[in-house]
Amino acid sequence: MRVNKLSLTFSSLPENVSIARTLVSTLGAQLDLPINELEELKVAVSEAVTNSIIHGYNNDPNNFVTLEIESSSEKIQIQVIDHGCGIPDIKQAMQASFSTDPDRMGLGFIFMQSFMDELHVESTVNSGTKVTMTKYFNHSNPSSH
Amino acid sequence: MRKKIERQTLHLFLQGELDMNNANDLKAAIDNDIEKRGIRTIVFHMDDLKFIDSSGLGVILGRYKKLVPLGGKIQIQNVPAHLYKIMELSGLPKIIEFIPDKNLQKDPNLKGEKK
Repeated sequence: MRVNKLSLTFSSLPENVSIARTLVSTLGAQLDLPINELEELKVAVSEAVTNSIIHGYNNDPNNFVTLEIESSSEKIQIQVIDHGCGIPDIKQAMQASFSTDPDRMGLGFIFMQSFMDELHVESTVNSGTKVTMTKYFNHSNPSSH
Repeated sequence: MRKKIERQTLHLFLQGELDMNNANDLKAAIDNDIEKRGIRTIVFHMDDLKFIDSSGLGVILGRYKKLVPLGGKIQIQNVPAHLYKIMELSGLPKIIEFIPDKNLQKDPNLKGEKK
């Protein structure tokens, strides 16, 4: 089976969030994913990269976020890696409505979890965070949506 | 983005992508209209919205929280089909009035997801 790997490292700038999700969406389109699944991948990537910029790097643009994608005919795995402040309590951070800002919904991880089949978060305080998300294609048991 | 003000109602016609890159500008523009022009009702027209994530949804929720104590309200109109799921997951439909596109009312997915 043919595996495709892509890696993109970019400045922690807000305008790069759309570049990150466009890359994933383009790859997904090449894999013939239906439009709603492309949408879901885009949201998941957007949330992960946004978290890295806002929370990992506290909006400081002089840092880097790395997006690693590995795809095959069976699945797509996406990693979003930052070397920011890290998450002290991952469990708490992944709960709905956990956000330090009243205008943010605290839904980032909920969206990643809902739109991907697997979500794994590794984080070390003052060292960084790595989010790994996987989506499998051709479910034998398609979701009821 | 186009906007239209009628008395105390602000109509916003969202376009393209709404994420952390433009969420703060949108928020500042709306808050300015709430404070300086006495806006109390905001209608978000989503016909031409291509993408939204939690940053964009946060702007809507934040304006809701700001308007409710002032006796105001928010409506969301014409959500495109590809954004239904994220809207649903966000929980916004529980607190904000969604007005479907009249042209799509026969779409079985619209109010669906009933088990």
